[in-house]
Parts: sequence; structure tokens; C-alpha cells
Amino acid sequence: MRHGRYPLILSFLLPPLALYGIFVLSPYLQAFQISTTDWLGYSAQADPVGLANFRTLLHDGYVWNALKNNAILLAVVPVVTIALGLFFASMLTMGGRKGRAGVTGVRGTSVYRLVYFFPQVLSVVIIALLWKEIYSPTSGLLNGALRAVGMTDTPAWLGDPRFAFWCVLAVMVWSNVGFYVVLFGAAMQAIPRDIYEAVLLDGASRATMLRKITIPLLWDTIQVAWIYLAIAALDGFILVQLMTNGGPNFSSDVIGLRMYDTSFGSENKFGYASAIGVAMFFLTLSVAVLALRTARRDRIEYS
Amino acid sequence: MTTVETGAPTTVAAGAATPADRPPRRELGVANVFSHGFLLLWAAMTILPLAWMLLSSLKSNGEIISDPWGLPEALRFDNWGRAWTNAHIGRFFFNSLVVVTGSLCLTMLLGATAAYVFARYEFRGRQVVYYLFVGGMMFPVFLALVPLFFVVRSVGLLGTWPGLILVYTAYSLPFTVFFLTAFFRTLPTSIAEAAMIDGCGHFRLFFRVMLPMARPGLISVGIFNFLSHWNQFLLPQVLIPGDGQDRMLAQGLSSLAVSQGYAGDYAQLFAGLTIAVLPVLVVYVAFQRQVQAGLTAGQLK
Repeated sequence: MRHGRYPLILSFLLPPLALYGIFVLSPYLQAFQISTTDWLGYSAQADPVGLANFRTLLHDGYVWNALKNNAILLAVVPVVTIALGLFFASMLTMGGRKGRAGVTGVRGTSVYRLVYFFPQVLSVVIIALLWKEIYSPTSGLLNGALRAVGMTDTPAWLGDPRFAFWCVLAVMVWSNVGFYVVLFGAAMQAIPRDIYEAVLLDGASRATMLRKITIPLLWDTIQVAWIYLAIAALDGFILVQLMTNGGPNFSSDVIGLRMYDTSFGSENKFGYASAIGVAMFFLTLSVAVLALRTARRDRIEYS
Repeated sequence: MTTVETGAPTTVAAGAATPADRPPRRELGVANVFSHGFLLLWAAMTILPLAWMLLSSLKSNGEIISDPWGLPEALRFDNWGRAWTNAHIGRFFFNSLVVVTGSLCLTMLLGATAAYVFARYEFRGRQVVYYLFVGGMMFPVFLALVPLFFVVRSVGLLGTWPGLILVYTAYSLPFTVFFLTAFFRTLPTSIAEAAMIDGCGHFRLFFRVMLPMARPGLISVGIFNFLSHWNQFLLPQVLIPGDGQDRMLAQGLSSLAVSQGYAGDYAQLFAGLTIAVLPVLVVYVAFQRQVQAGLTAGQLK
């Protein structure tokens, strides 16, 4: 039955490959080329300038300011999100009362999962706009609560350069935690119950159990979570653009917004924007590789 | 089990300073109150913003500004009507529905066919083509944004839905193919061989035998793609520029927020957001198991 093989291979493979080549591969390759020109957008005039864009990048205070914020996101968001995710997931899978059935989850586990996961299916646009209203100085939910407990001098949150960035960071954590609760929860389900029952009999506390048993056995999943959150922390563009647009006074700027503004926003410096994109690409790549390297441990398999 | 019980708590008990004869039940009881407290707190933090959004969408603008925590005096569904027609949320909703239907069908068709070939057929250069293809999911979309704008413009599809559908599909294909290739490889070969012996052709084998067998995988990756297309903001922002009525829901919401800033019509913004959230909520509650499985499988690529 070799007859009819090649028609299938060609007709099945060529359309997706063509689409991929035109809209994915060629733009990526062009981006590297454009990053070495001084292209200003709508004219065809683009002269090669070598690495001049990258030299400008090194001395661009706005870029460094944005990078600093991404670095803070990178340092804080994965740690906090994973810690909260592990905590809630372990509560849900084995926080239950020690009874005859051994190690179980708390009551209402499936309801908690349903609720926690929901932000994950919402569009980031909706999350950003909703939280922008929550932080609103006069009509917001947050300041409404603060006034109710007697605080008169309520902060302006997103309008205050001291708080704006941290407010966005909190939303990033808020929207991600539920996903990792479900992800870690699924991985914890796979750990054999009798391991927990054995260490409980040996008198281990809940914290010891989490530290000595659960986390080592979940390491692969945690590593994946780490990489994803790191990549998300280097982005953050939509949240920042819609909530603060990088302000006030660039205090919540991120590198993605810098690139967007340079190309489609206040300026049309496509050459320079592509250089920022290329820098971002290598940054993301090295962070992912670094996360993989530092988190490497032997895989544990249940026999 | 009996032997373990006699073995005293020596191995793991790090806090050996605590008296060993303390009744374990009480400790667990305290821990339970503590843990339940945190679980409830987080649940409240998740629900509260959404409940607030729903309630605010039914209030008047005066009520929203003067008392953010107050309940609406009357249920003003006219806010929803205003958002639906004046702010064109209804129109944008329909636009997104059409585009996502198109892009989802195209992604699943092209993804499944390509994955099937990669999984089941030997040909020269298969590995190279596969890795080239799947490698696309490693790159951030950001990098491609500027050239992509000009590629789409040069093929004459800038600002059009077909252009958006093709781009959504192209960017979803790497992950879809990666996921489905792995899935097709797990399907037994014996059924395919039996079908071939019975005289089934290559094309019929795929559409009649293999595709139905791959249904669970198709559903998982389909849900993943549906949500990522539906929630897409960056690509339409760049590829459907301007402020026409042919934009996607996410764009419509963001410009509703901008105009709310000028007009001060808070209720309309909340109504628009609620209209956008409700269908997602319904689908999510109805298919929560599949959605959670699809998305977590998606993340573990």
C-alpha cells in the first residue's frame, strides 16, 4: 500500500508549512535583519547601521529602567506564585483532618479548585481593566474598604509612583496562582498516599512533609512552573499597558511596553524597536536556560 | 503497618523538643482552622473582584462613585444595553466569535494533518522539518511583531479578518503540532494496519479512523487554542489598527475603558466587562474538568 503515500504527505504538510514560513519564520528572521538598520517605518528608506542600535540600547536610560522593573518581576513573581500555589495545593490535596481514611484533602476541594482557576480563563485585558477600577482612588473597591475602616488619607495606588508597579505585580500574582494550584494539585495526586501515611506515622509535621516529601517529588513540575513564570515576568506588557501605561513617570514601565511604544506608539523607530526585541529574545532564552540548569535534579520515579 | 507503629518518631521528627505525647488530633484541628482560613481568604480574593464587577454593572454612576461597596438600589440592566449597543460590545463580541471560529477550525485541521504526518510517516528530512516547525513555540511573539505587521500588509491582509485568522493559526501551529504528534504516536498501529489491509486508502484512514481515535487530544488542545485565540490582544492590536467596528472584543473593551476615562460612564465599562466574562464563565463551569486538563497539559509542553 505504498501507493497514495506521497499525495497525503504533501497535501497534509505543505499548507501548514507555508503558513508557518510566511507568518512565523520569515518575521523572526527579518527581525534580526531589521534590528541592524535605522528604519523609521513607513518609508522604504532603511540603511544598515551595524550594531549601532544595540549601542544606543546600552545607554538608553528608559530601557534600563524598564529592565530593572522586569528584573524585580523576575525575582518576586515566580517565588511568590509558586509558594502560594504549593501551599494551597497541599492544603487541598492533604490538608484534611487525619481520620480513618488517612491523608485526604479538605472539604470542598473541588469548589476551591473551580474558584481558584477561574482567573486563568479570563482575558488579561479584562483582568487589567477590572483591577484598574479596583485600584481607582475614589470609586475603587480597595480605597472603599480602607475608608470604611477609618483611613482618611487613602493612597492613589496606580497614580502614585511608589505603589503603581507593585500594584501591577500583585495582579500578576493574583491571576496566576490558581493555575499553579491546579497544576501542583494534579502532580500531588500522583504521589502515592502510603508515603504520606508512613511519614505521618513516623511523627512528621505538615511542614516537614511538604519540605521533605512533597517538594522533592514535585521538582519537575516546579521547574516547569518556574520557567513559565520567568517568561511571563519578562513580558507583563498587556497588564502594564492597560493599567498604568508604564506610568506615573515610567515607574511601572516594562521592556515589552518600551518596544511597543518605540514601534507602534509614540514613535515609529522600527529598527531600534527590533533591536529591543532581539535583546528581549536573548534575555528570555538565557533566563529559560538558566532556570533549567539551576533547577536540574534527578528525576524521581515511583516504582 | 504494625511494625511501623512501634518504631518511635525518630526519623523525621525534626522538632523533637515538643513533647511526644501531645495529642495529635488537636494540633491537626488548629492547623485545619488555620488552613481553611487561608483557603477561604484566597477564594474571597478571587470572587470579590468579579462579584464587585457584576454588582457595579447594575448600579448607577452616582452609586458607583459615592459608595463602591454598596449594593445597587435598583437593578439597572440598561447599563448592559448601553454597553451592548452604544459601546458596540455586541458587535465586537460577534467579531471575535467569527474570527476565533475560523482560526480554531483552521488550526485544528492543519495542526492535526501535519502532526499525523510527523507521527506516522517516514520521509527524508522529517526530523529537521519537525524541529524547525515546533521550535516556533520557543520564540516570544514580541520579536516578530514589527516584521509581521509588514508581512501582513504586503500580502494585502492588514486590517482584515482573514489576515487575523491566518496569523492566529500560524502562531498556534507549533504547539498544536507538538502536542498532537505526541498524541498520534500513542495510538495503536494495529488498527491502522487492519484498516489498510481491508483496503482503506491513506486519506480515508486519517479522516475515518485516526482522527476519531485522537478525539481526547484534539479536545484538550482545542480548548487551549480557543482560550488563547479568544483572549488574544497583542496581535489584533497590531494587525487591525484604527478604531473601526471590525475590531476584536479585547480591543473594544480597552477602548471602552479609554472612553470611560473621558465620559465618566463607569457603569457602562463594568457592564461591558461583565458581558465579556459571562460566556467564558458559563463555558468554564460547564467544562471545568476539560478546561483545567487542557490548560495544564498545554503548560507542560
